[in-house]
Amino acid sequence: MEQQDYRLLEEKAWRLRRHVIEMTAAAGSGHPGGSLSAAEIVTLLYFKTMRHDAQRPGWPERDRFILCKGHAAPILYAALAEAGYFPTEELLTLRRLGSRLQGHPDMKVTPGVEASTGSLGQGLSLAAGLALGLRLDQSPARVFALLGDGEMQEGQVWEAAMLAAHYGLDNLVAFVDCNGLQIDGRVEEVMSHAPLREKLAAFNWAVFECDGHDLTALDRTLGEALAVRGRPAVILAKTIKGRGCSFMENQAGWHGKAPNAEQAAQALREIDCRREEK
Amino acid sequence: MTKKIATREAYGTALVELGAELPGLIVLDADLSGSTKTSEFKKAYPERFFNVGIAEQNLLGTAAGLALAGKIPFASTFAVFATGRAYEQIRNSIAYPRLNVKVAATHAGLTVGPDGASHQALEDIALMRAIPNLTVIVPADAVEARLAVREAARLKGPVYLRFSREATPVIFDEDYEFDLRKAQVVRPGRHVTIVATGVMVSQALQASEQLEAMEGISAEVINVSVIKPLDVRTILESAEKTGCVVTAEEHSIIGGLGSAVAETLVENLPVPMTRVGVLDKFGESGSPEELLRAYGLDAEAIVYAVRRVIMRRVSSKA
Repeated sequence: MEQQDYRLLEEKAWRLRRHVIEMTAAAGSGHPGGSLSAAEIVTLLYFKTMRHDAQRPGWPERDRFILCKGHAAPILYAALAEAGYFPTEELLTLRRLGSRLQGHPDMKVTPGVEASTGSLGQGLSLAAGLALGLRLDQSPARVFALLGDGEMQEGQVWEAAMLAAHYGLDNLVAFVDCNGLQIDGRVEEVMSHAPLREKLAAFNWAVFECDGHDLTALDRTLGEALAVRGRPAVILAKTIKGRGCSFMENQAGWHGKAPNAEQAAQALREIDCRREEK
Repeated sequence: MTKKIATREAYGTALVELGAELPGLIVLDADLSGSTKTSEFKKAYPERFFNVGIAEQNLLGTAAGLALAGKIPFASTFAVFATGRAYEQIRNSIAYPRLNVKVAATHAGLTVGPDGASHQALEDIALMRAIPNLTVIVPADAVEARLAVREAARLKGPVYLRFSREATPVIFDEDYEFDLRKAQVVRPGRHVTIVATGVMVSQALQASEQLEAMEGISAEVINVSVIKPLDVRTILESAEKTGCVVTAEEHSIIGGLGSAVAETLVENLPVPMTRVGVLDKFGESGSPEELLRAYGLDAEAIVYAVRRVIMRRVSSKA
């Protein structure tokens, strides 16, 4: 891919970040920190890697994305709206009574949402079951899952990790958004699961690491992960929680708190400056 | 002597039959395939059988994922683990998105026997009944179990099926017609309504024979195999006729069939009612028959409950 194309993807990631700030500010609640850290991962999947079509959300051969860390719904909704699954104006209805954009993803109401998630630890099982089902049908579709690094503390994640390796699900690629923070503080202080790379490798996954905000690196790493045969692959993407807003970056307090009007205005100004630097 | 077959056996047989009819049918188990009888399906269709190991949360989650791929997954383990260990997976990964997963749980109730309290699910109906979107089925015998599995496979949406370990009397003929929307009056009567589910249906039938022979009491026995959605109409029609109701279930008296019937009667037709079930206790080791007697879940206990409820009806009219 040309340098120019990566610029366009970067531009897209910053657009998604703007939506996240506007949506959570309008809602008065939500999870901006972990949405902002995942902006490049989600952008790469929806605007480069995945075969999908907003006009045909039920297309059997589409690639699937499962947001295991369902609280990052704002970044998923932003991507879906930008990809044409529903109007971007609808983003401002986030978390309101009657809205199609629930606080956590609800596949029954939101076009493009592939699985209902939000309870941490359950998504990777869904992704593995889906990958298994697609393989039985000899479908070319691939399954992408995005987990949080805090989420890796859930036991069910490791049950699913065991299954995906046991059944050699090479149509499954997982990302871990390694922003290092969870609600109560730093992951390594709350409950360390280090060394994560070695643990996943010991579970017989192909493990990759890269900068989760560098689209060029992410794209190259994902290419390698997709080339793995006979076992699932995982990319540990090093990220910054709250990335793009100086006062949110690396602050656990911004996990589940929305910016007020003034903070949102500042965040949007900062995002626009960062976009122009690119 | 009545023929006895365990409902889990019928489940295993039905899966193999359905395997031929429904190419999308997938069976998952968590290291209990010999006990849950899914091993029959495994033998017939190895490519559509997946053992997930001893990991019940992932069992239900993987089943949900297979449903996302358009499959019809049946996930089996013991009722304690399916509804207890993996409660939230059933709630959030299966029932909330209304996925087409069949949670087929075996070894429910006291009749698990010698394994004891840790393995005797006595609150699973209560747990499953409280979850929206979920259909809850407790077959009364092997004939009904087979038909219930067939209906569940064809019903689009999540289903909880409750099977027993122990061989229990076969009540229904082979031409029995199972209807997901209807409770069946298996014995008509005039003086009292006995609403029963699962293995307690045969106990209720025995009780009704004793009552008729010894005391001239005519008991109407209703088999409620679909606990949710409940066939309220059949229950109310019978209660209106008899004026008193006894419920019987191999489950805690809290939250199961007795509670479902009580909720219905209180709001529509408050007649005297008594629940036969486990009295808010855990089970213990013993033979199935001993346990049913010791915990007041046999025909004798139903006879006693009927006498009490008829007394209350008479005194309330005086």
